[in-house]
Amino acid sequence: MNQQSFANTGKLVRFILRLDRFRMLIWLLALTFFTLMVPLAFLDLYPSQADRDVMAETMENPAMTAMVGPGDLGNYTVGAMTAHQMLLLTAVVVGLMNILLMNRYTRSEEEDGRRELVRSLPVGKLANLNASFIILSLLNSLLAIITGVGLYALGIDSMGLSGSLLYGLILGVTGLFFAGLTALIAQITENARTVFGFSLALLLIAYLIRAIGDVGHEALSWVSPLGWVTAAEVYSANNWWVLLLLIGGTLLFVALAFYLNAIRDLDAGFLPSRSGKRQASPLLLSPLGLAFRLQRTGIMSWAIAMLLVGVSYGSVMGDLDSFFGSNEMMQQLLASQEGTSFTAQFVSVLMVVVALIGTVSPVMAVLRLNGEEKKDRLDHLLGRAVSRTRLVAGYLVIAVINGFLMLSLAAGGLWLAAASVMEEPFAFGEIYGAGLAYYPAMLVMVGLVVLLIGFVPKVSSVVWLYVFYSFFVLYFGGVFQFPEWVGKLSPFGYIPELPVDEMEWAPVVILIVIAVGLTAVGMLGFNRRDIQG
Amino acid sequence: MALLKTEGLTKMFGNFKAVDDINIDVQKGEVYGFIGPNGAGKSTTIRVLLGMLKATNGKASIFGKDVWQDAVEIHKRIAYVPGDVNLWPNLTGGEVIDLFMKLRGGAMNKNRREELIGKFNFDPSKKCRTYSKGNRQKVSLIAAFASDADLYILDEPTSGLDPLMERTFQECVMEARDEGKSVLLSSHILSEVERLCDRVGIIRDGQIIESGSLDELRHLTRTNLNVETKQQITSLDDMKGVHHVERKEQALSLQVDTENLDDVIRHISQFGVVKLESAPPTLEDLFMRHYEGASASGGES
Repeated sequence: MNQQSFANTGKLVRFILRLDRFRMLIWLLALTFFTLMVPLAFLDLYPSQADRDVMAETMENPAMTAMVGPGDLGNYTVGAMTAHQMLLLTAVVVGLMNILLMNRYTRSEEEDGRRELVRSLPVGKLANLNASFIILSLLNSLLAIITGVGLYALGIDSMGLSGSLLYGLILGVTGLFFAGLTALIAQITENARTVFGFSLALLLIAYLIRAIGDVGHEALSWVSPLGWVTAAEVYSANNWWVLLLLIGGTLLFVALAFYLNAIRDLDAGFLPSRSGKRQASPLLLSPLGLAFRLQRTGIMSWAIAMLLVGVSYGSVMGDLDSFFGSNEMMQQLLASQEGTSFTAQFVSVLMVVVALIGTVSPVMAVLRLNGEEKKDRLDHLLGRAVSRTRLVAGYLVIAVINGFLMLSLAAGGLWLAAASVMEEPFAFGEIYGAGLAYYPAMLVMVGLVVLLIGFVPKVSSVVWLYVFYSFFVLYFGGVFQFPEWVGKLSPFGYIPELPVDEMEWAPVVILIVIAVGLTAVGMLGFNRRDIQG
Repeated sequence: MALLKTEGLTKMFGNFKAVDDINIDVQKGEVYGFIGPNGAGKSTTIRVLLGMLKATNGKASIFGKDVWQDAVEIHKRIAYVPGDVNLWPNLTGGEVIDLFMKLRGGAMNKNRREELIGKFNFDPSKKCRTYSKGNRQKVSLIAAFASDADLYILDEPTSGLDPLMERTFQECVMEARDEGKSVLLSSHILSEVERLCDRVGIIRDGQIIESGSLDELRHLTRTNLNVETKQQITSLDDMKGVHHVERKEQALSLQVDTENLDDVIRHISQFGVVKLESAPPTLEDLFMRHYEGASASGGES
């Protein structure tokens, strides 16, 4: 590693800045915005210490601890609340940002062959890695300073200067920790997809290890860097020394990454590249099999996420009635009705949210067809003995089963967790039915995507706007007092809100008919139009 | 018997005529070369023939069936290789070959598959994301030639292959022809077309401007002559059908229109011929003649 190895680092730094300034700016703005919004929202939602103490009680269960880590529940100030509910999750997102960006600047560049072009110029062997670190150090420092100073500037009593700066620094240093980890993995494995998969897996494992540790085996939490994040006890004990652990880990990774980069060939890694299958399994050999194979990982991850969403919502059901009884804002959100428990109303609102999150997966499944078309890969299938109808049907089957699976997992998880914490639990059918009632609305969304792909494939992703619209009007409808027709513009607005409302079959039947109609017309359009390419 | 036939085939994209009144036919057992520069309309024509694009006007049929209506039936008996092969990054080459063979239907000829994998020197156990352009083309070529098709539609199939693999490819095409299969080969590698094709069609700006067997095409054009004579040849430049006369000391090179060849040879022979070489025009000569001066009007790509 001589001086030459770093030649022209400065120019590369400026080059990366030029390429990615907007990407970095958006990350920075989004993270800062959410970090600063949350304490203000908490101040609004829980104005008195009594409100916050009720919240602390709700948080005092293993599921919440597993999700957000331990908190200072005995002295649950707005600051302690923010640090408890937000710091860990934000740190995970910052980690994700660093994984994505570091991978983008290192192994992706190399794999796409751009690094070779750059390296043929008078640029040092380690200059690219060096520049990537400098860029991410700058970005993480900015994030640390802006959030730290910003939190203090909110002027909330319980959020002092020391705690606020620590909050920002924890985010920034955790970011660098994962940037270093990713840089190291980028030296070891040969392709960018694997680097991302590996790094993300380590991030999630770190999260899970500390979840298990926080719930029962405290020593285990110390193994995970994300355990160090919560151990900082920001806005209560303010343990600055955890920064040293994170910085130490970062330096170790960085040094190793530089060393490995210095001794390896361009485009090479250290893991022997695994040979894949020479022959396809029979399951792959159909349009349906291919469509499933392409989305398998995505569907499975989404399914796990849905189960977790269900379980975590379910786990807070135990003492909801006392909590909502004392909170005006929440009462408004739930548009209080006589004769039903708050918990039942909470379930009915949750189900809309769960159904809409669950809708994302089947919608993605159908949109994948459009993605394949954009990449000119449909010609491979349609140029063989595959009809267009059979092709679309493959994606459709996946979407339809997928949607059912997502709702089932979320509703099932919710029931299971709720049943274990409630004194008088809901019947399984009550919760599962409430979730599954949204299935027809989900199918309408799927049908809409088929319609869009059949006639206006280039703009088919506008369906996301409609999904977002549905989420917005149905979730916040109560708070903003929207007129009823606003909700009726979404198929989700026609579904009876079980278990509070009575079940109605008419909208269900009509929505299914609409879904089938949209799909059929969309298929007709797809059969008649040109395939792009 | 024409396996593939188009009549007045036209494809518009908005107001742009990508394919303009094209008439071609591919007979059983012949290799038809479809040549033209990038953007001339070769791939668009082929995608219409495959039923990916709907013809704006005209008719196209393969095996006597309509290419749009009966696409699936037709595709059971054809094999297609696109020029730009975009594959799924996380499947291996072997998986994709199997998928392609299976989707065509019919029996999977495992022996033929292995034989071709060996011939093309291809490693099917790697993920597609690691393949170079040439290797991605091999996936498509192996799947095509391992299948028992009656018609091969090949759209610039060799643009990423090295000379050795290019030869392997040519062997595969010739083998197919010897078995009585038909091939529609679109290309801009003229030496390849010259070597393989029985007939060619030259396309420019969406129109076929010349078609026929290579001999027929050559007949319409000029022969290259190299002559050395005892005496200096005079008054050659004024003769009908003589072009591009160049003098190098005693030697002389010129091009002669085929119909004036007789007159010119008679004239030259008066000067005491020491050496006479004649060469038929290459396809490149033919091609260039059609494109010279036309590039100004037809450069949309």
